[in-house]
Amino acid sequence: MCTVRGLVKTYPAARRRRGVPAAPAVRASDGIDLDVHRGEVFGLLGPNGAGKSTLVRQLTGLLRPDEGSVRVLGHDLVRHPERAARLLGYLGQDSTALDELTVALAAETTGRLRGLDVRAARAERDAVIEELGLGEVAGRPLKKLSGGQRRLACLAAALVGERPLLVLDEPTTGMDPVARRAVWAAVDRRRAERGATVLLVTHNVIEAETVLDRVAVLERGRVIACDTPAGLKALVADEVRVDLVWRGEPPLEVPEVAALREAALASGRRWTLRMAPEQARAAIATVTGGPAFAALDDFTLATPSLEDVYLALGGHSEGAEGLVKA
Amino acid sequence: MSVVPAEAVSGGEALAQAAEAPWPGGDAAPAPLAARARLLPALAAVYRAQLSRARVARIPLLFVATFQSVGIMILMRGVVDGGVEARSVVAGSSVLVVAFVALNLLAQYFGQLRASGGLDHYATLPVPPAAVVLGAAAAYASFTAPGTLVTAVVGSVLFQLPMTHLWVLVAVIPLSGAALAGLGAALGLLAPRQELATLCGQLGMSAALLLGVLPAERMPAPVSYARDVLPSTYGVEALARSFDGNPDWLVVCADLGVCAGVAVVSLTAATWAYRRAAVR
Repeated sequence: MCTVRGLVKTYPAARRRRGVPAAPAVRASDGIDLDVHRGEVFGLLGPNGAGKSTLVRQLTGLLRPDEGSVRVLGHDLVRHPERAARLLGYLGQDSTALDELTVALAAETTGRLRGLDVRAARAERDAVIEELGLGEVAGRPLKKLSGGQRRLACLAAALVGERPLLVLDEPTTGMDPVARRAVWAAVDRRRAERGATVLLVTHNVIEAETVLDRVAVLERGRVIACDTPAGLKALVADEVRVDLVWRGEPPLEVPEVAALREAALASGRRWTLRMAPEQARAAIATVTGGPAFAALDDFTLATPSLEDVYLALGGHSEGAEGLVKA
Repeated sequence: MSVVPAEAVSGGEALAQAAEAPWPGGDAAPAPLAARARLLPALAAVYRAQLSRARVARIPLLFVATFQSVGIMILMRGVVDGGVEARSVVAGSSVLVVAFVALNLLAQYFGQLRASGGLDHYATLPVPPAAVVLGAAAAYASFTAPGTLVTAVVGSVLFQLPMTHLWVLVAVIPLSGAALAGLGAALGLLAPRQELATLCGQLGMSAALLLGVLPAERMPAPVSYARDVLPSTYGVEALARSFDGNPDWLVVCADLGVCAGVAVVSLTAATWAYRRAAVR
């Protein structure tokens, strides 16, 4: 369906300008290989700056790779980038082109520019507005909507005019749970009823675990793992995660707590520990009794998430904070 | 196309099977491409969408453009006293509305679209580049029509010029509008940064203001060469000549012909600039 081999893209170094320090060259795609199969929801997961959007822009013909090949449905998109528009629907991160249009006109115009005639574009516009629950705001310009609604309206535009491949760059940013459900229902319907394939960029771990069939984890322009969410989590199945939240200062005078401090990743009053289950039981026993318990605000014991996978694979801890868990 | 039918892809086995298909064997027969949008329907869709933006975002700016031109004419009333000079003031102020909207605002719009990544939206649709550029240029040229008409009528009243041949605006607005909109679009799409696009648009409009409104006879030679290079000049001259009781239509047509020629060149340049900006 979509095959990527040896993709390399380097952004050239920026010279220093007044007020802007020089930036070294960035290898945003560093030898990426990917296979997306027909009918699956495939995710690209990684923190900000991992190279997700750069990869997606090369897959959609917007950016020419320095090296490597991109084939979508049998078409070479490095040689023929203009074919991408006739094979896939793309939801980018920016809505400037549609901001001053009403939701209905944005969807209709996009449909017409995707080659539909007026009647078909209007029929699809009405269907997708109904499907995504945008009926009440259909007559309002995008820029007067909330961030989540605007995102939903952009998705509506991306879905008008059927395509076998949908490339969605962080489709649910800023959305409330109702809107998110509408998005996933719409994506699922296109896959189930029409066999569409969906390539999805996300930095939301929970979303990645629940909606993706397979996920490629990106880190500094490389794919560091690619499997089903369950398969990835099996990599770290021998560990569990313990989160401790202290009321104030951690009770470091308790020797066991001081020992935990060594292994913990501290972020404010929260400590995150990854350890074997029996160690975790011991740690929980320590903090739920005596002086440590008095200082404890909250604790959770959880099986590993994709975030833990990311860290176990050598992802950077500062990067992991770019992954959203809510 | 993948060898695995969509229905079969439910379990991991089917996925693994597809994964083993040797590349590019799994994609042996290229899938059919969806239809391209044709030029005229796409142009009409872009035009309609751009025109609707006027209701949301452009009406205050159109007022500004008109008031600016009317204000300039009122100021100039104390300086010029009828005759040829009055004609060029009215014609210059009218075409200034076109320069403000078609050149300045369109340069800003495309500069902003390019800087923010908004061009990606069009670049990922199978639409001819000319449809996007011409649709936007036509819409911006249309925005200028009411302001230009109001300015020309107010100017004719202020300076007691005959309005008999004001119908020539029917040709002046679209032709100078196309020339200046093409220039504005090209500037906006070529400028490496958004601020530069804005700056170029503003400078272009200032040039149209100074070189169009001020009487040509009093300009030093180098400035009058600059005046000859600016496409709005020919729109101004065509309109100024039509205030004659008995205009020389051949010269008017020649002026409009220059506008049309510049329009073709600048819109072609803008389309080229769009292609260049859309695929980076």
